[in-house]
Amino acid sequence: MKSMATRRKVIQRMMEGAVFMGTGGLIWGKAIQTTTKADYVLRPPGALKEKNFLKACIKCGQCVEACPYDTLKLAEPGDGIANGTPYFEPRSIPCYLCTDMPCTDSCPSGALDLKLLTKEEKPADINNAKMGLAVIHKESCLAYWGIRCEACYRACPLIDKAITLDYEVNKRTGMHAKLLPIVHSDVCTGCGVCEQSCIAEKAAIFVLPLDKSTGEVGDHYIKGWEKKDENRINDDVKKVDDEKDVESAIDYLNDNDLIDD
Amino acid sequence: MKLARRDFLKSSAAIAAATAVGVAIPETLKAEAREAEKGWSWDKAVCRFCGTGCGIMIATKDDKILAVKGDPLAPVNRGLNCIKGYFNAKIMYGADRLKKPLLRMNENGEFDKNGKFKTISWERAFDEMEKHMKSAMKELGPTGIGIFSSGQYTIMEGYAASKLMKAGFRSHNIDPNARHCMASAVVAFIQAFGIDEPAGNYDDMEITDTVVTWGANMAEMHPILWSRITENKLSHPKRTKIVNLSTYTNRTSDLADIEIIFKPNTDLAIWNYIAHEIVYNQPQAIDWDFVKKYTVFATGFTDIGYGMRTPDHPKFSDKERETVRHEVAKKLSADEGKSLAYLGYKEGDTMEMNHRNKAMNHWIIQYEEFKKALKPYTLDYVANVSKGDSEESIEDFKKKLKALADLYIEKGRKVCSYWTMGFNQHTRGSWVNEQAYMVHLLLGKQSKPGDGAFSLTGQPSACGTAREVGTFSHRLPSDMLVKVPKHREISEKLWKIPKGTINPKPGSHLMKIHRDIEDGKIKFAWINVCNPYQNTANANHWIKAARQMDNFIVCSDGYPGISAKVSDLILPSAMIYEKWGAYGNAERRTQHWKQQVTPVGDAMPDVWQFVELAKRFKLSEVWGAQKVPGLKDGLPDVLEGAKAMGYSPDDTLYDVLFANEDAKKYAWPDPIAEGKMNTESGGDKRKVVGSDGKPFEGYGFFMHKYIWEEYRKFGIGNGHDLADFDTYHKCRGLKWPVVDGKETLWRFNSEYDVYAKKANVGPFAFYGKALKKMPQGSISKPDMSKPKVDLKNKAKIFFRPYMEAPEIPNKEYPYWMCTGRVLEHWHSGTMTMRVPELYRAVPEALCYIHPKDASEQGLVEGDLVWVESRRGRVKAHIETRGRNRVPRGLIYVPWFDEKVFINKLCLDATCPMSKETDFKKCAVKITKA
Amino acid sequence: MRKYKFLILRRIIQLSILFLFVAGNYFGWELLRGNYSSAIIVDSLHLSDPYAILQILASGFLASSSVLIGALIILLIYVLVGGRMFCSWICPMNIITDLAFRLRRMFKIETEVRISLPRNFRYYILALSLIVSAVFGLAAFEIISPISMLHRAIVFGSGAGWAIVAVVFLIDLFILKAGWCGHICPLGGFYSLVGKQAVIKVKHDKDNCTNCMACFDVCIEEPVLSIVGKESDFIRSGACTNCARCIEVCDDNALKYALKFDLKK
Repeated sequence: MKSMATRRKVIQRMMEGAVFMGTGGLIWGKAIQTTTKADYVLRPPGALKEKNFLKACIKCGQCVEACPYDTLKLAEPGDGIANGTPYFEPRSIPCYLCTDMPCTDSCPSGALDLKLLTKEEKPADINNAKMGLAVIHKESCLAYWGIRCEACYRACPLIDKAITLDYEVNKRTGMHAKLLPIVHSDVCTGCGVCEQSCIAEKAAIFVLPLDKSTGEVGDHYIKGWEKKDENRINDDVKKVDDEKDVESAIDYLNDNDLIDD
Repeated sequence: MKLARRDFLKSSAAIAAATAVGVAIPETLKAEAREAEKGWSWDKAVCRFCGTGCGIMIATKDDKILAVKGDPLAPVNRGLNCIKGYFNAKIMYGADRLKKPLLRMNENGEFDKNGKFKTISWERAFDEMEKHMKSAMKELGPTGIGIFSSGQYTIMEGYAASKLMKAGFRSHNIDPNARHCMASAVVAFIQAFGIDEPAGNYDDMEITDTVVTWGANMAEMHPILWSRITENKLSHPKRTKIVNLSTYTNRTSDLADIEIIFKPNTDLAIWNYIAHEIVYNQPQAIDWDFVKKYTVFATGFTDIGYGMRTPDHPKFSDKERETVRHEVAKKLSADEGKSLAYLGYKEGDTMEMNHRNKAMNHWIIQYEEFKKALKPYTLDYVANVSKGDSEESIEDFKKKLKALADLYIEKGRKVCSYWTMGFNQHTRGSWVNEQAYMVHLLLGKQSKPGDGAFSLTGQPSACGTAREVGTFSHRLPSDMLVKVPKHREISEKLWKIPKGTINPKPGSHLMKIHRDIEDGKIKFAWINVCNPYQNTANANHWIKAARQMDNFIVCSDGYPGISAKVSDLILPSAMIYEKWGAYGNAERRTQHWKQQVTPVGDAMPDVWQFVELAKRFKLSEVWGAQKVPGLKDGLPDVLEGAKAMGYSPDDTLYDVLFANEDAKKYAWPDPIAEGKMNTESGGDKRKVVGSDGKPFEGYGFFMHKYIWEEYRKFGIGNGHDLADFDTYHKCRGLKWPVVDGKETLWRFNSEYDVYAKKANVGPFAFYGKALKKMPQGSISKPDMSKPKVDLKNKAKIFFRPYMEAPEIPNKEYPYWMCTGRVLEHWHSGTMTMRVPELYRAVPEALCYIHPKDASEQGLVEGDLVWVESRRGRVKAHIETRGRNRVPRGLIYVPWFDEKVFINKLCLDATCPMSKETDFKKCAVKITKA
Repeated sequence: MRKYKFLILRRIIQLSILFLFVAGNYFGWELLRGNYSSAIIVDSLHLSDPYAILQILASGFLASSSVLIGALIILLIYVLVGGRMFCSWICPMNIITDLAFRLRRMFKIETEVRISLPRNFRYYILALSLIVSAVFGLAAFEIISPISMLHRAIVFGSGAGWAIVAVVFLIDLFILKAGWCGHICPLGGFYSLVGKQAVIKVKHDKDNCTNCMACFDVCIEEPVLSIVGKESDFIRSGACTNCARCIEVCDDNALKYALKFDLKK
């Protein structure tokens, strides 16, 4: 009797525990999802990919303290960005690409990693940062109207590499050229100095995280004029399901739908 | 260090917030606009900023500017603008616009040089001005007062100021900031052609095959013109060649086929190399028909100093004297030993500057002498002298120089040379301008469509106002000179003032007005439409003099800048579209606009300020005998003459100079105004209390039309013809001379220029009248025993040697320092730094330095440094990347940012001929802050 | 004064650490930078919160060796020596919750709504935090930790941080006595579990005890005092934060700090 009662109590406890864990976990998870609901967020240079960055960041704020320009901020509840993680908004203060990379260097957990700023065995270089990619909205870009602006181009720390000018005859006037800023994604660091400098009311050039601003080409077609492009080929050969393919052909052929009723 | 960086940014961000303006107002205006689109009215106007002269259209509603658009009908820009022009609608609505007169006062409300600024009435402001002007004139004569005038004056403002000063107060101490901008170009125009301003026009940019920019970063400084050149290059990629000559890599190099980075001051040597290549190696390229028929050869003195004061001046520090001693004598370097060998000098000799007062003298020489003087300028010599980038190989550099010369020389290739401040702001600025004409004239590539040397101007009306109206210390309207008796006589006649009124002694040029204030020779100065205390080199001297000495400085301005801050009285001025006006751009195009809105607060137009002040002076106070330092008999009493002309000694200058019988013939309102307001002529809704203590309701006649019609009388018939007032309101500007309603495209070319055709000497005629009777001489000196030569219809090909700058880097000050502008900001930034978008785009002036120079000094990108010269120091953040790439040993710091007050460092050496300061080179050192 | 000597000492240490964090951010001092999850001393030695690292590991990321070592150092210190001392000697939230606790006592605030939350609730939270970390792929407690938020509120001026701290304070004051530190905080739970066998302990001497119950009044983890007046022994429960309030308030010399070297129980 006593053991029955104890056992029942234990089962009840376990049930309670399970319910608590279940609902608690759901609420907690939901809370996490709301705090990370922002469509996109720009991380400091050398940050891991967002998913891993969220795992790795210990939210200690040392990168923020290291930033000499007050670029980096720690997310707060309500920002929609994982609470306590560092981010920046280039329209207010962009990343000025310090050559000594104090923020990346200060990260204890590996969420910001100098290794991600190295290329080909050379020492880490801030110019290898890939915080995002600047994208131009041509319709609101004055340079594309023919106005001599290009403030973003001249502001770019990697001028003539990350942003270059293309020239185009202004057919309307016939005597002026348009000087058009073009962003080169292989060089652009996503520092956002361009976004900050844009004189439009809402910036016509803005930085998006790489996954939001880049496309990807299928690996079944390779640029015939560029040997290096072969690196994109994925070696895993896709298995063809012979049986299923035969079935689908037969199904088609057998479908007697050519003669109208 | 890190925190210093951060603190600086924080504080500048705070200032940004404090001065952030414009956004709020245009936002609400926009909202209004959306509500009732139909209430808009569009009218044409001109961009406020550079010398390009883009046309714009302004939409107003409810007495506010709503929006601006590029004027699609404007021939210069066809509806386009740069980002400064894009913000024309916002520049007048900054939160800290000056709205009331302000006076430094003590507790009792009395003027106190050390008091705080407090609001006063306009009447009180004129009381103070009258009091201090009269006391300065009583003590020092008419030259005890001065005006800092402007290339950003409207033409009417320049004319009114000039007339008041020169005809009324009999002082020529009026000199514009344009002195800093194109005075060297003027000297060369007058000496080479006998008449000011370029022969060609902007159409050359489409027609030419070759664009050579010399010390002109057109990509940033003349953005719309650069887009025209870009179009040429784009449409004719093979034919059109672009060469950029500069002391550092700038944005103009982007498009250039050849970029030549030269050592500061060696442009003199490069021109002579081109001439050497023509004369010695490719003499067949000389257009002898042209040269013989239309030109003569000439030269002048070389020992002319550097436009500085002599080292015995008590206010120099010992450090300054290290440089200033070169004003009286300079030891010649090895390079100069070669270039000046034709005068018998050699390396190590000391050149005594014996012809400092005869810098302008020149005489005719023979071609053989000219050729002989060019002899040292071989490719080897010039390449060694001029290579500016120590990391470039001499062979590559030589190839570029040769290619440059070949482009000029190539038969049938059209060539345009363009320059701005790199040339003009130069201790040999007049020379290097003349050298450009030397090459173009030798080759016969001048005054033809697509061929010519073209001096671009920086300011919107440096040509139209400063030069054409003559708001200079030595000039009168229409290229006339103070020191020429006939010119004074013509002016006296047109101004209807007694003979002998105009002071025969030229006044103090801009640099000298500052120096005179420091020397106590000027005790009253008035600043108009400029910012001389930020834009003058060696600023510490002038600021101290203004603040610490016994004088009275008045500043008329739209916004509080450094000049307002050093002043004793500040007058709120109506800005650009708050008044009627006209500007003249670099291609001789005069463009008018109408007042669009009532000025903000109690701000009043500058014309009104001059005219109101004129009410305070009776003829008997200014036209009696006056003492003038340096003029033995002083100025004569002309009151008798005045009486004979029907004036009474109790008449005021207002009655005689502005509200005279002629003026009253121009009735207000006038049909051309189409219901537009005119504050001066008809008053406005504010009824601001004026000089006489009464609410101002307008002068009752059409002030601007009167001024214009009187002014244009000066130019008619002598090659400066302007159209009548109404015509300009019906078109998008006209390029003078406007004869029979037609503008002139290429001057001196009989096909296009009525005056050249009239001269009847063939396809060309350099008909300018100035300096056309010249002595002859040898290469080293004039020979006064020979008769003077008449050079009617001829231009002069000058030989000018290479000389070094007076201050060059040494061990202690190892860097050259160059200053200049950025596209985003206009001059000292009083307007553009108040447009939040432009402020955000370029919030501070950076010190551009070569990355290796930085790392050798242990500096990294973004570090705060002290930049220090013998004259002063400022803090700036270094930039090793970005828009300007300097060679090793040179830094570039723009001057728009008053927090990086770079003019404290600059050397106030000038071209001894043009008196234009060399802002482009001095020696500095850099230390970590 | 004797009655507050440990309290004052604790506050000095807590505030000094906070001050050093603030100075690290505002004056660039390098003595101590970072926060309570991960800090660096004199720009050379990393110290990390082992519970935070555990969450990171649970989320599926192998943190860098410097923080792993830093966490190990801290873990060893508390496991071997200090027990749950972090909570009363280091953690800044302790200042807030102690204040709530004191006010509650001073104004005799008794909650009308009786919420009985078992003290081992925090262990559920602890377990749950690791599960949520694993499922959602980020350190779950670190996202919502009032400790980090209080730090950010002070060091970076975060407004939201103050709000969360205020909520905790109000819960402690009006809803649940010692609610945060005594019931909810999983970090406290973590140290309770790992610090059980630490050397520094409070020791009770039954012979001196007069059963005045003063120690119960001040203890935020009352149940750990179950032996008081009954037997002489160490306060063995891992939940004891070694705050020494009981030692201070005991007029009878029945409680004192002592070192425990046996591994009994």
